[in-house]
Amino acid sequence: MPVRVKIRKKLDSFLLDMEFQSESRRIGILGASGCGKSMTLKCIAGIETPDEGRIEAGGRLLFDKEEKVNLRPQKRNVGYLFQNYALFPTMTVEKNIAAGLKGTRREKEARVREMMRKFQLKGLGKRLPGQLSGGQQQRVALARIMAYEPDVILLDEPFSALDMHLRDRLQQELMEMLADYTGTVVMVSHNRDELYRFSEEMVVIDEGHVAAAGETKELFQNPVSREAARLTGCKNFSRIRRVDAHTAEAADWGVTLHTEREIPEDVQWFGYRAHDFVPVWGERGENMLRFDLESTALLPFERNYYLRPERHGDNEECEGVQPICWFVQRGKIEELDSRGMPDYVMFREEKLLFLKDQCEQDSSPGMLRQDRNEIEE
Amino acid sequence: MEEIMEILKELDWSPLFISVKTGIVATVISFFLGIFAARKAVKASPGKKAVIDGILTLPMVLPPTVAGFFLLLLFSRRRPFGEFLFDEFGFKVVQTWLGCVLAATVIAFPLMYRNSRAAMEQIDVNLVYAGRTLGMSEIKIFWEIIIPTAGPGIASGTVLTFARALGEYGATSMLAGNIPGKTGTISQKIAMVIQDGDYLTAGIWVAVVMVIAFAVIFLMNLISGRKMKNIRRW
Repeated sequence: MPVRVKIRKKLDSFLLDMEFQSESRRIGILGASGCGKSMTLKCIAGIETPDEGRIEAGGRLLFDKEEKVNLRPQKRNVGYLFQNYALFPTMTVEKNIAAGLKGTRREKEARVREMMRKFQLKGLGKRLPGQLSGGQQQRVALARIMAYEPDVILLDEPFSALDMHLRDRLQQELMEMLADYTGTVVMVSHNRDELYRFSEEMVVIDEGHVAAAGETKELFQNPVSREAARLTGCKNFSRIRRVDAHTAEAADWGVTLHTEREIPEDVQWFGYRAHDFVPVWGERGENMLRFDLESTALLPFERNYYLRPERHGDNEECEGVQPICWFVQRGKIEELDSRGMPDYVMFREEKLLFLKDQCEQDSSPGMLRQDRNEIEE
Repeated sequence: MEEIMEILKELDWSPLFISVKTGIVATVISFFLGIFAARKAVKASPGKKAVIDGILTLPMVLPPTVAGFFLLLLFSRRRPFGEFLFDEFGFKVVQTWLGCVLAATVIAFPLMYRNSRAAMEQIDVNLVYAGRTLGMSEIKIFWEIIIPTAGPGIASGTVLTFARALGEYGATSMLAGNIPGKTGTISQKIAMVIQDGDYLTAGIWVAVVMVIAFAVIFLMNLISGRKMKNIRRW
């Protein structure tokens, strides 16, 4: 059952202009806080109404401005897991789960019992939400949604309110609980690890529009746009001056890089992930950078180095340029400790990201962009 | 002491019954109207809300005599609406117990309205959204989620409304007058006996009012405190 979303909505500080579709059963939406990702979910659920556009999910048309279709949230059959779970505080666990059920008392009771068993809530039926732990609350919230048998489940930053330790466990739990759910699940998060783990396909959004979309693993390998690369965790960027099809000067890093792959003409930036540098002692080779160590941060399982590319003389261009991040994981730290700081760091050319400023999607023609500017004015 | 016993023996208890009866009826009316108005106000747009809120809160901030003035203007049998009510339905408001109830309701209503509104506005809006996405009807959401969650606020609004209605003086004396056994409430009784310099009788009535008011508030705290023990709010 595909999800098709093409909506526009004027928000306080920007225009939400979302367009994506996916056949996948596990869809992730990645974006910084306040970029419009929760609003998109609310539009799908019918809690908020877009100014224009069309939404299809679970094999049904939910909203279409032109056809004047706007199903009430009650009719959409879309489950929504809220960040704070939104359990009804005066109702017991049993009543919470039964809240949305239709049918006779017997049917409801049977359904509640089934859910309580499935979500390991036995013995908690008479408790109020305030008496439950965070993990139990999440299970109740999910049981309440599943009891209602929705076509689509929307997860709105389900783990952001939890501490790290609990987050990891609940993520695992949630995935297990959703394992045999055959409908579509859309999860919104600002945490790339969560989405990498959860989603088959992913949409990256920035300031209300789609910065990149595609198969999750593919998207992390080749984010295409600079914004998408940043949101998927890429730390280092450099503007490039293309010399030829296999050579480009990375201006911000002060190094000329050669690649086996052809560099497309419209590439404006190189991106390089902080974990991908290779330390080199001794002879300088191709794609290596000599640097000054600016600062170091020690983390439990990682060491972060912030590097300044070494320049010939005091170049003014150097001012205001971000230091290069080089993150070394445990296991490799020992080598650095025994041999000292390397003379160079090497860019592995296959890890180099070719990026553009703005992701030009085939699905968002110039027409749309023009309208957007008009509305913004 | 003997003097007090003497007075108690001959005391006419009618003001107590009239006041309590008025208070209860006015509270029941305010309870439903207040919740209804609060629901409307919470859902209204900001501009509309400001207007509704202003009008509904006025009786609380204006002198009760101003409310009395408007009520007289409306219900006096020498005025068109009052005349119409009497001729068509036989309703008499001025100088009757109905006037007592009406005056107390108008003055005490804003307390009910404002408290329920504040309680409803504090409810996490996600609860309403969750109800909707679970397919619950708006009416079901209101009675099964909003009202119970706003419970403590509504309860305290009800108590304050009753206490205020019980002691209403200004508007009542204008609209209903002080007819012993009919519209003579405790507060009017106190004012009357004070004018005669009878501080002892006044003191007895003051004590009665204080005991009732305190008892009601105490009871309500006790009940809501026990019921809300396990509910965590944010």
